[in-house]
Amino acid sequence: MANDENDLITGVSAQVPIAVSAVSFDSEVVGEQGLRTQGIHVWFAKHHVLEDVCLDFPANSVTGLIGPSGCGKSTFLRVLNRMHEFIPTAAMAGEVFLDGEEIYGPKVDATAVRLKVGMVFQKPNPFPSMTIAQNVLAGLKLANIKVLDKDSLLEECLMRAGLWKEVKDRLKASGSSLSGGQQQRLCIARALAVKPKVLLMDEPCSALDPASTLKVEETIVQLSSDMTIVIVTHNMQQAARVSDYCAFFLSDGGPGQVVEADRTAVIFSSPTDARTADYVQGRFG
Amino acid sequence: MSAVIAENSAVAAVPSPKKPWVNRRESVRDTVPSLIIAVGVAVASVLLTGLAGPLGFYVTFVISFLVASFVSGLRHDSVKAIDKAMATLITAGFVTAFIPWVSILFTVFKRGASAFYLGYFTNDMAVTSADDDLGMGGLSHAIVGSVIILAIASLIAIPFGIITAVYITEVKGRLRGLVRVMVQSMSGVPSVVAGLFIYAVVVSKFGFSGVAGALALSILMLPTVARTAEEVLKLVPDDLRSAAYALGASQTATTFRIVLPTARSGLITASMLGLARVAGETAPLILTAFYSAIFSLKVTGQPLASLPMYVYQNFTTGTDTALTRAWGGAAVLLGMIFILFILARLSGGRSRR
Repeated sequence: MANDENDLITGVSAQVPIAVSAVSFDSEVVGEQGLRTQGIHVWFAKHHVLEDVCLDFPANSVTGLIGPSGCGKSTFLRVLNRMHEFIPTAAMAGEVFLDGEEIYGPKVDATAVRLKVGMVFQKPNPFPSMTIAQNVLAGLKLANIKVLDKDSLLEECLMRAGLWKEVKDRLKASGSSLSGGQQQRLCIARALAVKPKVLLMDEPCSALDPASTLKVEETIVQLSSDMTIVIVTHNMQQAARVSDYCAFFLSDGGPGQVVEADRTAVIFSSPTDARTADYVQGRFG
Repeated sequence: MSAVIAENSAVAAVPSPKKPWVNRRESVRDTVPSLIIAVGVAVASVLLTGLAGPLGFYVTFVISFLVASFVSGLRHDSVKAIDKAMATLITAGFVTAFIPWVSILFTVFKRGASAFYLGYFTNDMAVTSADDDLGMGGLSHAIVGSVIILAIASLIAIPFGIITAVYITEVKGRLRGLVRVMVQSMSGVPSVVAGLFIYAVVVSKFGFSGVAGALALSILMLPTVARTAEEVLKLVPDDLRSAAYALGASQTATTFRIVLPTARSGLITASMLGLARVAGETAPLILTAFYSAIFSLKVTGQPLASLPMYVYQNFTTGTDTALTRAWGGAAVLLGMIFILFILARLSGGRSRR
C-alpha cells in the first residue's frame, strides 16, 4: 500500500522536527470510519499539558500510545471519550471525529459518546455490589438499553474477554471474588457488552501478573478484528506485541507532544527521531 | 543429595498446624505474679489506709497492676516494660469505660425484672393505674406507639438524609457548602427545641398526635443520617464512578445503581445511628405525641404512647410499683434498640462479604 505511512498521520507543531511531518489530514485514507483527532490541546487550569496532537486511528486496528510518565498519554486517551470532563479545571481545544461525527459537537451528549467509546482502566474496577453476570451486563442497565437475549450476550462478552471458561460455573459470585487478572478481563467484558466501536485501554496490564497480562493481550488482538483499540502502555514489549500502530508522546518540561507516529514495526525498527529510538530501546524514560 | 531430599520428603508426614508464637505458659508466668501483687496491694491499701470501698480497691488495683507489669517487663528490657505497661493502661481504660455500660444494663434489668410477666407485653394501661399491682397492665401500647413513631420518623429522615448526602458528595451542587453547614448546625439543635418547633407549627393547630412526634424526631434524626451518609458515600472509590460513566451511564444511573448500592451497608449503619439518636428521646415527645394509656394505631388527632413517655409517666407517678414499671419500660426500650441494631447488621452485612 502506497499510503501506509499515511494510515496514521501525525501533526506536530513546528518545534518538533520529524519526518512524518506531512500533516495532511487525509480523510480518504482513513475514510469516514475510525477515530480521528485534530489539533488537540489540553489544559488543567493554566497548565498546558498537551499540545497540538493530530492522530488518526484507523478502524479495526490497535494503536499503542507510548512515552514516559507525565507526557499526557492518559489525558489524551480520556479526551477521546470525554472522560476528562470530570476534572473541574480541565479545558481543551481541537476536534475529535468518530466515524465522521464530531464528538464535541454542540448537540452531542457525552453519555452517548461513551457508549460508543468504551474504556478499561489501569486498576480493575468491577462493581463490588454486583455479581459477575450483573457486572458484565451493568452497562445495559446503566444506559437503559434493552436486550432480548441477555444470556447469550453475557456468554459472548465473557467469551471475547477470554473469561468464560473460568467463570461460567460461578456467574452469581461477586465480581470482587475474582483474581486481579480475571477482574480486569471482567472489566473488558463489561465494556464490550454495550458494543462500543472503540475501546480505550489505560495501562490495562500494569496491575497484572505476566500470565494475566498475556491473556489480556490475546484478548486485545482478537478484539481488534472488529473494533478500534487505543492502548496506553509503559511496556515496550507489550506495545510491540499487540499494536499495529504506535504514537510516541514526549514532554520536555512543557506540554506533551507526539514526537513520532507510525506503524509499530517502523517505530521499533527504524524510527526517524533519535528520541523515539532512545525510548523504545530503553535508553531513557 | 537430591535423592536424600526426595526420600525425606516422601517419608515426612504432613505436620499438624501449630501456633509456635503463642506461649501460654510464658504469658501466664508473665502476668499472674503482677496480678497477685496488684490484688495484694489493693486489698492492703483498702484495709490499712483511708481508701475504702470498691472504688478505692479498683483505683489502687489499676495503679499497682500498671507498676507491677512495668517492673515485670523490666526483667527483659525497657522496651518490653513500656510495651507491657501501655498494654495494661489500654486494657484498664477499656474496662473503666465498660463498667458504667454493664452497670447501667444490670441496674435497668434488675430493677425492671419484677415488672415483667407475660401480659406486660400484651396489655395496655387502659384499665390499670400506675400504682396497681405489677401483675396487671402492660406496655403494649407504648411498644407499638414507639415503633409507629420511629417508623414514620425514619420514612421522613432517612430518604431526606441520604438525598442531602448525595447532593453534597455526588451532585456537588453550588450550595453544598451551605447545606453542609446547615446540617452541622442542625445536629446541635437541642431536642426540646425541635419539640417546641413542631408544637408551634403542628400541635397548636391539630393537637397532639403520633405524626407530630415523628416530625419532631425526624428533625433530630436528619442531621445524623445526612452526616454519616456523607462520610459513607465519600468512601465509595472514584474508580467505580469512572467505570460507570465510561459505560455511558448518566449521573442519576451512576448514583442510584452504583454508588448507593456499593455504600448499602454503610447507609444502613447511618440510618441506625439516626434511629438510635432519637429512639430514647423524651423531651420532644412530651410536646408533640404526648402520652395515652390506651393501645392505639391511630397516628393523627389523638396522643400516641411511646416507651420513653411510658417511662416518664410512671416515673412521675412515683409510687413503688410505678417506679418498677418505669424500670421495666427502660429495659424494654434498651432491648428494642438492641434488636433493631441486630436486624440492621443482619440485613446490611450480606453485601460486605
